[in-house]
Amino acid sequence: MEILEAIIAVWAARWPILDGIGNTLLISGVAIAWGTMLGLGVGLLLTYGNLGVRLFVRIYSDFLRGTPVFVLILACFYILSVIGIDLSAFEAGIFALTLFCSSHVGEIVRGALQAIPRGQTEAAKSIGLTFSQTLFSVLFPQALRQILPTWVNTATEIVKASTLLSIIGVVELLLSVQQVISRAYLSMELYFFAGFVYFLINFAIEKTGRYVERKVAIPS
Amino acid sequence: MDYNFNFAAVWRDFDLLMAGLGLGIFLAIISIAIGCVIGLLAAFGMLSKNRAIRVLSSAYVSAIRNTPILVLILFTFFALPQLGIRLGKIESFIATLSIYSGAYLTEVFRAGLIALPIGLREAGLTIGLTEQRTKLFITIPVMFRNVLPSLSNNFISLFKDTSLAAAIAVPELTFYARKINVETFRVIETWMVVSLMYVAACYVIAAILRRVESRLAIPR
Amino acid sequence: MATPILEIKNLHKRFGKLEVLKGIDLTMLQGDVVSLIGSSGSGKTTLLRCVNLLEDYEDGIVAVDGEQIGFKEKSGRRVRLSEKEIARQRAMTGMAFQHFNLFPHMTAINNVMLGLIKTRGTPKDEAYSIAEKWLERVGVRARKDYFPGQLSGGQQQRVAIARAIAMNPKLMLFDEVTSALDPELVNEVLAVIQDLAKDGMTMLLVTHEMQFAHDVSSRVVFMQDGRIGEAGPPEQLFRSPKSERLTLFLKNSKFH
Repeated sequence: MEILEAIIAVWAARWPILDGIGNTLLISGVAIAWGTMLGLGVGLLLTYGNLGVRLFVRIYSDFLRGTPVFVLILACFYILSVIGIDLSAFEAGIFALTLFCSSHVGEIVRGALQAIPRGQTEAAKSIGLTFSQTLFSVLFPQALRQILPTWVNTATEIVKASTLLSIIGVVELLLSVQQVISRAYLSMELYFFAGFVYFLINFAIEKTGRYVERKVAIPS
Repeated sequence: MDYNFNFAAVWRDFDLLMAGLGLGIFLAIISIAIGCVIGLLAAFGMLSKNRAIRVLSSAYVSAIRNTPILVLILFTFFALPQLGIRLGKIESFIATLSIYSGAYLTEVFRAGLIALPIGLREAGLTIGLTEQRTKLFITIPVMFRNVLPSLSNNFISLFKDTSLAAAIAVPELTFYARKINVETFRVIETWMVVSLMYVAACYVIAAILRRVESRLAIPR
Repeated sequence: MATPILEIKNLHKRFGKLEVLKGIDLTMLQGDVVSLIGSSGSGKTTLLRCVNLLEDYEDGIVAVDGEQIGFKEKSGRRVRLSEKEIARQRAMTGMAFQHFNLFPHMTAINNVMLGLIKTRGTPKDEAYSIAEKWLERVGVRARKDYFPGQLSGGQQQRVAIARAIAMNPKLMLFDEVTSALDPELVNEVLAVIQDLAKDGMTMLLVTHEMQFAHDVSSRVVFMQDGRIGEAGPPEQLFRSPKSERLTLFLKNSKFH
């Protein structure tokens, strides 16, 4: 194993690699942010919408969840340009990951809201709260505690899925490392390095998530 | 938007797509089978009295789950030859997917084992079975049936991950989709059909697994 | 004559094809304490839940302090009121549930304050002192900063009652509030209810506690199969039941 050579190669390419890391974080961050907001809407519609709305959103959600994220990315990349929406690979990739995230978050939100006992809504009604007051003051705070762990999981899935954008030419971390590999022929050490960086990112996300979970836990 | 839909272009190569789908299912089945063995070993490992084994098992799970599967695939196929381990495309992918699924299944089995009543193992010992045979004939079968729903979810996830085999040119569904895409430029039709095939396959697999679950589940 | 606090006329309710309330008439004046008794399926809980429209009703009138709940007449047809209107109407009554339904993510005092702040628009410090006063009244003031998960069942139920009463309702509804409690915790809750009755609170209770119903009510209503079987002062109903069904019911409830 040529560890020293690997370190030298990584150091020599530190700026492109840092750029790659930056892109990975940017892609993941944007997709998670937009995807979560969209997913919140999806979850609310699935729980409280009328039959027609629920059916439509369910088809949307099931379609996205049944499709591999790789296929989703390729489909968005090719289809969007054909129908006249001119997005770069970068933007198309984020779009696909946002949709992917929204379908997963939608399921998580729906599950959490439906897990809240009906008595909570009834108690809120009995003291005269309207639907939106009930949602914000009673239901969401409880749902959030259930949503958090699974959401952290989804966030790490998005970070991992961002690697797939390398296949459509987006220079995120994986592709920038691959570019170093093509020059230095140190595939093992460098793939290891890439894997390690992803590991660190996801590890940090998980640890942060667990910290927040502890902070907002309800004393019992 | 003027786009003349022409599904015939996709229809012509439908047998290729079906072959790809079949390969994908095949890859998923083999990988989850091997993954189950790995997962069981690691699950017991995480609950072992031996600290070294515990640490090793957790490290395996943590490392693999936080690493993007694409990095693992590329590592196994391109980097291992550096150590002299040269695997064919399909073997390499199966190896990767097995190790990947093993990490997720470890969590499933660990949770399943923890949920078992303590008395189960003791009952096995008192009728004269050794530790090993208790595990084999009592603990594992009971735990397995309890975790079937989780197992099914993992299998469907894994099946979707087979789409990544296309990254190393394994002739599964996504690979053929890209091929047809490049040859015919019928992007919308290709990706719609392929997406629907995955969604449909997931539905069918889920339905089959549900029947298996109800057949095998322990009556309550 | 003063407006009855509660007036129910010819109330009908169906669940799908099954009719669970087959024409109920009930009037309550200020200060009345009415207990609804009967076997499961008799419709007593459904009747209670129609009063604050947790259940819709198909026919008849439910009116609290002269105002019809949930519906209004519009050119001869029955029209459901808006969500905002219904929320306002619900605040006229207070309800305590069998399973307390306290908001687990809020402390006891915040549970009591929520309705005051959101529905009545009471400023925060005023709501705080009102809430504190009622928690004191039900005997759990020392636990005001505890979360429901940290309280016993009896304490939780008393907080739940405080939450309902703090809204200053015209009518209090109690839905089997001691059924989910350990036996030794039942009395502390019944004592609170008895105390409120003495103060002149108008109350409608669904209960299995026959002795309590006898002691606290001004009137007892026995329901069977969605209709009122017998109604009258507790002495009359419990000591000299007129119908066979009621006699059988009392025997099975081991009331002496």
